[in-house]
Amino acid sequence: MTAEFGLAALWFAATLAVLQIALSVIALRRVRADVAAAMRPVAIVQGALVAVAMAALIACFLGSDMSVALVAANSHSAKPWLYKFAGAWGNHEGSMLLWVTILGLAGAAVAQFERRLPERTLIATLGAQAAIALGFYAFLLIASNPFARADPAPRDGAGLNPLLQDPGLAFHPPTLYAGYVGLSVAFSFAVGALVTRDVGPVFARAMRPWVLGAWVFLTLGITAGSYWAYYELGWGGWWFWDPTENASLMPWLAATALLHSVSVLATRDGLRAWTIMLAVVAFSMSMIGTFLVRSGILTSVHAFAVDPTRGSFILALLVIYIGGALALFGARVGTVRQGKLFDPLSREASLVVNNLLLSVILGVVLIGTFYPIVAGAWGVQLSVGAPFFDKTVGPLALILVAVMAAGPLMRWRRDEAAAVIERLQWPIAAALFAGVGVFVLGGWIGVLPTAGIALAGGLAVASVAPLAKRNLRRAPLTLWGMVIAHLGVAVSLAGMAASSAFTTERLAAVYVGDPVQVAGFTVTLDGVRPVIGDNWTALEAKLSVREGDDAPFVLAPQVRYFTTPVTTTNESAIATLAGGQLYTVLGALGDDGRWQLRLWWKPFVTLIWLGGAMIAAGGALSIVGHQRRGWQRRRRRAEQEWWA
Amino acid sequence: MTRRVLVALALVAAPVAAQRPPAALAYTQLRNPAQEAEARALMETLRCLVCQGQSIADSDADMAGDMRALVRQRIAGGERPEQVRQWLIARYGDYVTFDPPVGGTTWPLWLAPIVLLGVGVLIARISFRRR
Repeated sequence: MTAEFGLAALWFAATLAVLQIALSVIALRRVRADVAAAMRPVAIVQGALVAVAMAALIACFLGSDMSVALVAANSHSAKPWLYKFAGAWGNHEGSMLLWVTILGLAGAAVAQFERRLPERTLIATLGAQAAIALGFYAFLLIASNPFARADPAPRDGAGLNPLLQDPGLAFHPPTLYAGYVGLSVAFSFAVGALVTRDVGPVFARAMRPWVLGAWVFLTLGITAGSYWAYYELGWGGWWFWDPTENASLMPWLAATALLHSVSVLATRDGLRAWTIMLAVVAFSMSMIGTFLVRSGILTSVHAFAVDPTRGSFILALLVIYIGGALALFGARVGTVRQGKLFDPLSREASLVVNNLLLSVILGVVLIGTFYPIVAGAWGVQLSVGAPFFDKTVGPLALILVAVMAAGPLMRWRRDEAAAVIERLQWPIAAALFAGVGVFVLGGWIGVLPTAGIALAGGLAVASVAPLAKRNLRRAPLTLWGMVIAHLGVAVSLAGMAASSAFTTERLAAVYVGDPVQVAGFTVTLDGVRPVIGDNWTALEAKLSVREGDDAPFVLAPQVRYFTTPVTTTNESAIATLAGGQLYTVLGALGDDGRWQLRLWWKPFVTLIWLGGAMIAAGGALSIVGHQRRGWQRRRRRAEQEWWA
Repeated sequence: MTRRVLVALALVAAPVAAQRPPAALAYTQLRNPAQEAEARALMETLRCLVCQGQSIADSDADMAGDMRALVRQRIAGGERPEQVRQWLIARYGDYVTFDPPVGGTTWPLWLAPIVLLGVGVLIARISFRRR
């Protein structure tokens, strides 16, 4: 019954989406103005219905209802409840349902909370949001019904890919999707503004919190995904330039550009057409990413749910939405009055350069990701991976960091070169100090890592510079947000550069009792014992680690054996210490009775994810700051009106 | 409890015994640190042919292990990393390298960043007011 209930909710949601589009058209054509009043409730109920459908699917998974084909194919009754719960989206249909759930909820949130957008733009926005939702409802209902029954029902399920049986599955996809799909709001806002031709600071101020919110989630989702891959895959890598990762990076790059250009539009009434364009591009990247991952067009570390037959459906949706939005943009961009032009040396100009660099990086990642697919269609087999992206994105990203350090220290409208250089003297000194320092202490580690550490030093100082000589208690929250986010980039960059340059690797085959040295640590294999988990058995090594004369501590990496499906996974054991992480993995037992051990000392690697968290926290602070400012302004106005 | 442990041991022992012993150098490093660093850097740019988009430096697959052993042997034998890469490309095709060689089918890929950067500079010039 639960499954049918969920399916019915999904059909009702789709019906309401149709109604919402119709209401939007009727209201915009001024056939009847009063129908606009119905739009907000319809959007909210639509969001609630799709959430009910998602809840029904989760209930099927939690109850291990094997008569539901999706549960049977992807779950097992012996799984711990957390993976039954999160397993609801650890497969194609479930993850698409989560996708549309967040789409519906985002539309409902706009209907519930958006008060600043001009009414006609809001009507068009809600219509656009419903139009996107309708396409993806159709995809679920026609091509991938998550609630289909299996007849006869199997006695138990096939189980979930053990690589996904990790708390990360409960956190990473919903967060990432909240960001990914949250960008649909920016897309719908842009379409709404194009329909009503009303682009300006008011529009930008209304759009900003939605963009920031999506971007915060996207940042958190990517950071969490990176850490999950790092500890789960057992080789210590934290970014692979895997197409699935690129699929999440591309919307992030576009959203980063967007949130900066939307600030220019809100503050200086510039970059009108560009902001609209970025809003369209950002969510287009989300949809392209969904197509990449869900169509089965590529095989990658993450491609746990592939089904090529569905690719054409998503491709058609892509063409309709992206093509439609771009056509609207092309038709209307002439009527969007050009915003203000800038001096080449001004904060606006630095933001334009930032936007262009982010867009170039986005283009490179997009081309690099799709090139092998396109080449494959022509019968040419080739691979594009880390070396290509390191050589191309690496230098571009470092230039971007330099611009990022200088931008916030420039004045709006117009600035003087001498004054900018004077304000930049401390950051430049810090960059030189960091670069020379790392060379003196660590030797030559290559161009990119050295430049990365130098620029991280410069950016760190430049980021906090706007707070200098200010009363820290009275500095606005939005300024704190920017400072913390930019500092987070410096922290993350330092972690990336230092860990890639100074990681020490030790692969060893040892008898029990043998000590191994790695980067000043003595690691001794004390023994290997079997362990039983909920739905796995494992071999667990007891490693005692001693650094100098300190008291030893124990790490216990495991090799886990799963039976449904039959899979072996490495559970690394990681010690987070002041200077970095000690990463240990247990390998196989050799014929000679020696165990394989893989040990890495990764200095400063933790900074990568700490920086990511800081970037997200900065974005969150910025939202609070902007909202509070708007609230204070409204209260002041209300008081004035009362006195008058 | 003992029974459960024994059952677990039996379950665990079977897959371990079934695994064939990994090739020498698949999971051990070269003695010479400079050579090992070269081999490591090269392995990170080579694709594991049976995996899903992983490099041979990041994979537990048997084939990735064999390829790691092969890379280490050849580097230890005095070959330059680029020679090893060329040898692998000759054997497995361009698919094996994540660093696509510049050539007939890949020049648009390598040209793209430069073209995009050029377009970016052009847009920047248009959007700035002349002083």
